Amino acid sequence: MAPTDNPPETFGIDYAPAPESTAVVDIADSYGHFINGDFVEPSSGATFPTVNPATETHLADIADGSAEDVDRAVTAARAAFEGPWGQMPGSERGKYLFRIARQLQERSREFAVLETMDGGKPITESRDLDLPMSAAWFFYYAGWADKLEYAFPNRTMAPHGVAGQIVPWNFPLMMAAWKLAPALAAGNTVVLKPAETTPLTALLLADVLQDIDLPPGVVNIVTGAGATGAALVSHPGIDKLAFTGSTDVGKAIQRIASTRRIPLTLELGGKAAHIVFEDSAVDQAVEGVVTGIYSNQGHVCCAGSRLLVEESIADQFVERLRRRVSTLRLGDPLDKNTDVGAINSADQLQRITDMVATGVSEGADLFQPEVDLPDKGYWFPPTVFTGVQQSHTVAREEIFGPVLTVQTFRTAEEAVEKANNTPYGLSAGIWTEKGSKILWMAEKLRAGVVWANTYNRFDPASPFGGYKESGFGREGGLHGLSPYLRERTGGTRGGA
Amino acid sequence: MAEHMPVDKTFKLFIGGAFPRSESGRTFQVHSADGDLLANAAKASRKDLREAVKAARSAQPGWAGRTAYNRGQVLYRVAEVMESRRSEFTSVLRATGMAARAARTEVDRSIDRWVWYAGWADKLHHVLGTVNPVVGPYFNFTFPEPTGVVVVAAPDDPPLLGLLSRIAPVIVSGNTAVVATGGPSTLAAVTLAEVLATSDVPGGVVNVLTGEKGELLPWALGHMDVNSVDLTGAPDGLENEAVAAAADNVKRIVRSDPAGASPYMIGDFLEMKTVWHPIGR
Repeated sequence: MAPTDNPPETFGIDYAPAPESTAVVDIADSYGHFINGDFVEPSSGATFPTVNPATETHLADIADGSAEDVDRAVTAARAAFEGPWGQMPGSERGKYLFRIARQLQERSREFAVLETMDGGKPITESRDLDLPMSAAWFFYYAGWADKLEYAFPNRTMAPHGVAGQIVPWNFPLMMAAWKLAPALAAGNTVVLKPAETTPLTALLLADVLQDIDLPPGVVNIVTGAGATGAALVSHPGIDKLAFTGSTDVGKAIQRIASTRRIPLTLELGGKAAHIVFEDSAVDQAVEGVVTGIYSNQGHVCCAGSRLLVEESIADQFVERLRRRVSTLRLGDPLDKNTDVGAINSADQLQRITDMVATGVSEGADLFQPEVDLPDKGYWFPPTVFTGVQQSHTVAREEIFGPVLTVQTFRTAEEAVEKANNTPYGLSAGIWTEKGSKILWMAEKLRAGVVWANTYNRFDPASPFGGYKESGFGREGGLHGLSPYLRERTGGTRGGA
Repeated sequence: MAEHMPVDKTFKLFIGGAFPRSESGRTFQVHSADGDLLANAAKASRKDLREAVKAARSAQPGWAGRTAYNRGQVLYRVAEVMESRRSEFTSVLRATGMAARAARTEVDRSIDRWVWYAGWADKLHHVLGTVNPVVGPYFNFTFPEPTGVVVVAAPDDPPLLGLLSRIAPVIVSGNTAVVATGGPSTLAAVTLAEVLATSDVPGGVVNVLTGEKGELLPWALGHMDVNSVDLTGAPDGLENEAVAAAADNVKRIVRSDPAGASPYMIGDFLEMKTVWHPIGR
């Protein structure tokens, strides 16, 4: 739908292309699994391609992990746990993590460019969020490795053993860092499965792990899709599972983990409410709402996908929002002026397209700015739905794309009621200049992370994770350490 | 004067502060260790479980909304009433075949355990919460909140101490509980329900179902308005399939030490909420 009543405010500025050079990355034709310190061929010989979603260019062939490959990785991880890693004092373990952090900082540009090529996110995001955060995560948890006895008073803790970790495609390296750092600091060894559409930065991390002389088998990386993940989840040698991804897959993993009684951490989907009161700093709130849903193309589990705006300012706010959305620059993710990059995969583009069509057919009003979508690659324009009812599919189900729904409310109580009316409970946003209202709202919202007068902030010292069907367990901070430890004698093993 | 004819107690359920029979009309016989019939106890049905969850759900916001100090006092009041009923609890344990000294010891420990947890109500935040030194000008803190409605499988052993050790860490933070009991803990649970009804615990905060735990737990695990199930006292025969159903709404499943005590056991039934706010002028 053409935004005829909202001409984009371009101020006549035409940006020259400012693409980041890809010369800094060196992508091999094919990649094996990283097992016991070496890259090895997949047992079946099967591979799958990974492509650049912005260009549909083939980047590399990736080993497709079989149950046999998973078994080799778990065996290597077990040997490392019972061998060098398990015997090592925490202070020494920590030094390996510090080394990883430093390497990520030093090779940050290379990782950032590769992340953007493999996943489609704007280079400004991979450069300014994914990479600094990944390095910071290792640096933070490195310091815990020799202080575990201070972490949980009156408890003697020990690592679980071999941790199986499955990470998603929206923040490929960062999610791997969130998982690996606390697991290793606690003294576990790991078998990690990256997402099938974005394996390259995890495999480049393997290169770093070789360079810093991490003992073989401490971190093993098996690439593949759902079947590989299922083999990992079901492997009897796994002592601890951690998964970030969709709620449906998370539930399937919980079913397996709960019957095997393995501790589990789940970081699943979300449908976060982003609540704007009339007494907010409106311009800042507009920026916050835009950041909350359009950063990383909305491929964010904690994305503020449901705007709840106080009725008294709703028309004015939506007008400002549309104007701001119309200035977002969509295009080459490697371009430093790009705000909205490529959708991660053809499958995800199809899902977003279908969901938006459902939104239209159910009666919501669609707004999309006029944007030229590139001819090749997977693209979806930033989208705003107004006239949305609570019963609409687009207001209930996670879209995981650049799609915002707008609803209104009259009282804070109504805002809370609407915000909590979802099976999810990962995050929420509040915009008001009234401090007591922020704290009242923060108490009432059933969500694991509440951003007040800001949105989408992350930090290794700050616990992150969901209520209800958004999962359990936390990542980040002291609370992110405990899922990787068990009480040495008796007591709870936690999780499922 | 004629010898007093004992007045036998009818053993009923405890739901929303009231003592109903099972809607199903089902009962089961509770015998003493000597084989004497003590009661025809109500055998809770699936509908009773649903009613108990409903009562627990409606009581939960109010209970969580009390100040921590107030919840601590209410729990302490429970201990006071238990103390006044020491002899009754002791005879309940004696009826399960426990020796007199062991029964007295378990009652003492149980009351002390409850007092210990009462004191945690306004301290668990210190131990389990954090203020987080994030990069950037933000005030950032993490604090615990109750997970919601918790179904507790009461342990068979120890019958009273286990029961109290599993209920206290659930409700001290503001969760509400549905306790599934049967076997050795039945008598203790029914007696505890009478204590709770005459303390200041709001109706619905603790609900007690007597019957077959093996029958009740699969229903609880599949119930979409239950947030967490404590399987510490679950019978061995609980099917994997029943436990797997907990994933349908991502329930928190807890398996713990039946007679242990720890603030981390309170933590098993908590969610951690992190709040960010910018710092600026």
